[in-house]
Amino acid sequence: MNQANKLLMLIVVFGLIALAPMLITQESLLNIVIMTLYAALLGQAWNILGGYGGQVSFGHAAYFGTGAYAVAVLQVQFGINPWLGLVVGGFAAAAVGAFIGFCTFRYGLRGSYFALVTLAFAEVLRILSNSVDFTGAGVGLLIPLERSAANFQFASKEGFFWVIWAMTFAAFLTVWKIGNSRFGAQLMAVRDNEDAARALGVDAFRVKMGAIMLSGFFAGLAGVFYAQYFLYLDPHIAYGAAISVESLLVPIIGGMGTLFGPLLGAAFLHGLSELSRAVIGDAPGISLVLYGVLLVVMVLFVPRGLAGLASHLRSGKPAESRVEEGKGHA
Amino acid sequence: MPDSAIIIPSVLNGLTTGGLYALVALGLTLIYGVLHIINFAHGALLMLGLYAVYFLNVQFGIDPYLALLIVPPAMFALGYALQRGIIGRASHGRDENILLVTLGLSIIIENLSLYFFRSDTRTVDTPYSFDVVEIFGAFLPYPKVVAFVGALVTAALLWLLMSHTDLGRAIRALAKERKGAQLVGINADHVFAMSFGLGVACLGVAACLLLPSYYVNPQVGGGFVLIAFTIVVLGGMGSFVGALIGGLIIGVVEALGGLFLGESLGQIGIFLIFILVLIFRPNGLFGAKA
Amino acid sequence: MLEINALCKSFGGVQASQSVTMTVPQGGITSLIGPNGAGKTTLFALITGFHTPDSGSVRFLGQDITCLPPEAIATRGMIRTFQTVQPFAGQTVRENIAVGAHLKIRGRTEALAKAEDVARQVGLGDRLDMDAGSLTVAGRKRLEVARALATDPKMILFDEVLAGLNPSEIRDVIPVINTIRDAGVTILLIEHVMQAVMSLSDYTWVLNQGAIIAEGPPREVVSDPHVIEAYLGKGMAERIAKREAASA
Repeated sequence: MNQANKLLMLIVVFGLIALAPMLITQESLLNIVIMTLYAALLGQAWNILGGYGGQVSFGHAAYFGTGAYAVAVLQVQFGINPWLGLVVGGFAAAAVGAFIGFCTFRYGLRGSYFALVTLAFAEVLRILSNSVDFTGAGVGLLIPLERSAANFQFASKEGFFWVIWAMTFAAFLTVWKIGNSRFGAQLMAVRDNEDAARALGVDAFRVKMGAIMLSGFFAGLAGVFYAQYFLYLDPHIAYGAAISVESLLVPIIGGMGTLFGPLLGAAFLHGLSELSRAVIGDAPGISLVLYGVLLVVMVLFVPRGLAGLASHLRSGKPAESRVEEGKGHA
Repeated sequence: MPDSAIIIPSVLNGLTTGGLYALVALGLTLIYGVLHIINFAHGALLMLGLYAVYFLNVQFGIDPYLALLIVPPAMFALGYALQRGIIGRASHGRDENILLVTLGLSIIIENLSLYFFRSDTRTVDTPYSFDVVEIFGAFLPYPKVVAFVGALVTAALLWLLMSHTDLGRAIRALAKERKGAQLVGINADHVFAMSFGLGVACLGVAACLLLPSYYVNPQVGGGFVLIAFTIVVLGGMGSFVGALIGGLIIGVVEALGGLFLGESLGQIGIFLIFILVLIFRPNGLFGAKA
Repeated sequence: MLEINALCKSFGGVQASQSVTMTVPQGGITSLIGPNGAGKTTLFALITGFHTPDSGSVRFLGQDITCLPPEAIATRGMIRTFQTVQPFAGQTVRENIAVGAHLKIRGRTEALAKAEDVARQVGLGDRLDMDAGSLTVAGRKRLEVARALATDPKMILFDEVLAGLNPSEIRDVIPVINTIRDAGVTILLIEHVMQAVMSLSDYTWVLNQGAIIAEGPPREVVSDPHVIEAYLGKGMAERIAKREAASA
């Protein structure tokens, strides 16, 4: 699929999703759509850094939590409007991304080491938010209920739907643009072979910094949305490992480094957890067991995700079309 | 400023905790040193070991220290099977993939435990649970002192195994020169799985020594994962002595951090050490091997 | 154009570069030869910023570029290729070359168009949409050349672009290199294929054990006794090793 067709398809898909509030009258069903879009946003945020940039992060909660706490703290402690908090949350998360990126990329941390350090950063933030007063420490923060659109608290789910629809659409358009720009070409070059990219004049550090800040920004937006949707935050929700896992699971299942992967992954995951709830009931941990199994199965057998599987089936070519590694004699 | 009457017991207490940490880290560093993979499921496997010790005690009245004869071999078998069946096939040339697969395994193990054992925190009752030992005027819990000694013994045994047995030689050969070792007839898949099994067996030992002074719930492993990584990184990946010293350092840092900053904030020191060491000294403070 | 002055580098006690001094004039093709392990690739890595020298300096177009990072050196117009070809596997040939084109071109469409032009120039015009990872060795070598060329460089450092190719493939690639030279790009190449060194280069430097041992026009250099010794010594060692292996 070429870039123009991808854009067209993106517009069509989000156009169809936009019909949801008209077709779905049940609030609980609309809630599933909202949570799927939210997961797609979080997954797409991770995908920018992990899928397009090849930097696997285990600590995306650091950005999510920063966005969430930014909007909550500004409201609760300073009485600042959450719409302004939305902007601040996004940029604060991007700033955290810049800090973590600077600390890691500057010293050439890659692969598993990068993953573990990002996890450690998220843990540091979790402990900090658990220890200081203005985040409500371990008790958490309750955002006071004041239902009005001006206050980013909608009386019906439909209002939240449009907000998350717009944010997710924006994230997907951004990623489409990445796939169709110099920045994206350089980012993917760094992912596939950093030395070769640098030899061609790609400033790998700058490119990775760009990716981690963009990634942090969108994960921060997801955090802001979460805070406004549920009106409650604590260190475990905001900076806990669950968010980090969800944000990497979505694109890995859907297809890392693909535009539609996070949407496929989010839909698949939420579909699956609804199904398991219907079949097995609300047993604690069972849907997470399925998530774990999926993660293992995808990495083992479908490393290119659902999107890779789809294009593989369409083209009829083998998914792994690697010719035997040719070696020149030295 | 707390005076030495508080600091010395705190340091000693930290050292014994550090011994426990070192025990957990020994398995991790063995696995890393040989397979060059980071086992993210390490904490979850420890939790599984703790449950095994717990149920042996509650159902069959087997003393946790006696369980040393049962749990480590069982954990060895589990580790062998995991490496052979799942982890060894996962890399596709990228080490992050192993991290992801072991993350998946830890999610599965933790949540299955949650499903079967519920989230209750459980402890065992042994005659010696509340015994204390006096050292330098400080009263230390008897089980923690035993665990500390156990860590030293385990490290020594591992060292003997690696340096004086055929298996140890095969493991070292494989760790150093994968292709060459395979050429001289070492079955790499088997030896890798043996190494992984040994690493997990260390967790079995840790579980037996840990439970009398600790507790178990489905989340208990998570707290150990990053701590164990920190120790392994600090001590130099693959170094047993490094893991011991690293464990002790982390134990003391945690104890003093808790003393000066409070229980909650005290933990932050560990993660800061982890981040700083990985950034500035990725080969560890003691390890020189790249 | 390129002036290397007393460049030294050692790795853990092994001198990979011992005070290497050499120059490459603007235009034409200069070659760098030497037996295996002579330090040629290390020298390339030192020049292009992948390693930092212990001492000495590298000047390019009259400016000091010692210790600059690789991307800064590439931006100044000096591009290297790799001995073991390093395609961005999973991306198409067109996308691979476009990465090079993007050094000077911001727009995606323009960069892709430039990539197509360059691909035709090096004979990859029929494989534009192929996955770069599935190219043959010869194809990958061409891709390596194409990516470098797409950056619009002033100078290219080729690290054994002909190694691993069969004689007919070599015959195909040599004109490509000549065309690049004719377009005004200065070329420095590391090469093992002597026939190619003879037919391509105007001037040759010989490196042995990290030090320059001879320089001059290729035909004169290959008859230099120092050079013969450097190569023959290695040949002798090989022969002895073979005899031992046979008797064992």
